[in-house]
Amino acid sequence: MNHWRVPFDINKIEIPHGNIHILIERCKGCAFCEEYCPKDVLEMSRDFNRKGYHYPIILKQGACVNCNLCETICPEFAIFVEEDKPRHPDINDVIKKGDQS
Amino acid sequence: MSDITSEMTSPLNIPEPEETLKHPMEQYLRTERLPHIWCASCGIGTVLTAYITALQKSKLDPKKVAVVSGIGCSGRAAGYLRLDSFHSTHGRAIPFATGLAVGNPELKVTVISGDGDLIAIGGNHIIHAARRNINMTIICINNFNYAMTGGQAGPTTPESANASTAPYGAYEYPFNLPFLAESSGAIFVARWTALHIRRMAKSMTKALLKPGFSFIEVIAPCSTLYARRNRLGSGLDLMKYYHDSAIIKHGIDTREVDIDFQDRIVVGEFVNKDKTHFLEKRDQFLSKKLGDKYVPYKGPNSTTSTMKEEE
Ligand SMILES: Cc1ncc(C[n+]2csc(CCOP(=O)(O)OP(=O)(O)O)c2C)c(N)n1
Ligand code: SF4
Ligand code: SF4
Ligand code: SF4
Ligand SMILES: [Mg+2]
Repeated sequence: MNHWRVPFDINKIEIPHGNIHILIERCKGCAFCEEYCPKDVLEMSRDFNRKGYHYPIILKQGACVNCNLCETICPEFAIFVEEDKPRHPDINDVIKKGDQS
Repeated sequence: MSDITSEMTSPLNIPEPEETLKHPMEQYLRTERLPHIWCASCGIGTVLTAYITALQKSKLDPKKVAVVSGIGCSGRAAGYLRLDSFHSTHGRAIPFATGLAVGNPELKVTVISGDGDLIAIGGNHIIHAARRNINMTIICINNFNYAMTGGQAGPTTPESANASTAPYGAYEYPFNLPFLAESSGAIFVARWTALHIRRMAKSMTKALLKPGFSFIEVIAPCSTLYARRNRLGSGLDLMKYYHDSAIIKHGIDTREVDIDFQDRIVVGEFVNKDKTHFLEKRDQFLSKKLGDKYVPYKGPNSTTSTMKEEE
């Protein structure tokens, strides 16, 4: 969402928010969650879990919109999201520096 | 021993398991059996999460749901579900499920099994369960091969795809599963890929709530055998292929949904109609024939017997 100015109703807009939990030891590193998260919240680790797989780590803390996609696509029951209070959009997300030319 | 393990693990910076956290689907899972046997980036687990999602959405009482599987990688699904579930013999998931559905009309019976199990050795059963319109939902996980036994070609292997029994490529005509199901009498027929998690779960919910024989085919990656033999990459690469090649066409004539090797895949809800299911039909028919003498069987929890005793 890029706007050239801060929308007047920004305080009325609420974005769902989720807290991500990753059960690292269950993960088999398929990267389905990383690939299909619509907000690119996740990234595969460089470290290995005990079974030798890379697992997802949270790249953008706070950017999760609780869409549950990662939870449903994960074949291993290794990631889930807990609903948190909705948040107002961050002004820095709405209006990108340099966009206002 | 413990010294060695701690010495071995510390330099690798291996994180400790987060044991206190519980996945919300765990109430439906036999967690003591996890991790499951499916390979890394196999799609079967995703079909299972979609099924659990559908079950939650359907609001069905889990005590009145039974899941039956046959043999195969896909056939392991029933064993991981904390429901009344049964891992039957190869090809015989549907006869077992038919017994459950007819013996206890209160149950919603789902069969989750593979293409080989349901369509090859179990092919006869599926056409007759569909013909009789037995009240059950079939989820057929189609990975285009007999995965568990080493990637042999089966009745769904696309022409020219490589399999361990088709080293130069398969040359038989494969079945078109939605067409097979519809022409045998299924009242609800859908096809999705493992990537279509939400749509797949939605169709599963509809199927669970619809009385009669429903059939959902789910195309899913077999990363270890089908993908590797055909040099298609990992399960993720197959998901990307589904993303690029799936076309949603609800209500399309099922004769037009054949699948060619790595070609487009038509997905969607193809058939959704109403038709009196087996038990209702039996009761209607026999009530008409026998009148008051016929007392419909309502399951083991009901007190009435099938026939009124003769005076
Ligand atoms: C009567 C009998 N015949 C053959 C087998 C060997 N067998 C086990 S699984 C399987 C094929 C499974 O294929 P599918 O249903 O597609 O499941 P997948 O492993 O691909 O998920 C076969 C032939 C068996 N277990 N029992
Ligand atoms: S819930 Fe949605 S937004 Fe949040 S991490 Fe999972 S896929 Fe990404
Ligand atoms: S989808 Fe699940 S198994 Fe695959 S990488 Fe993500 S957490 Fe691991
Ligand atoms: S062999 Fe294929 S179908 Fe079986 S678990 Fe492995 S990836 Fe899945
Ligand atoms: Mg198979």
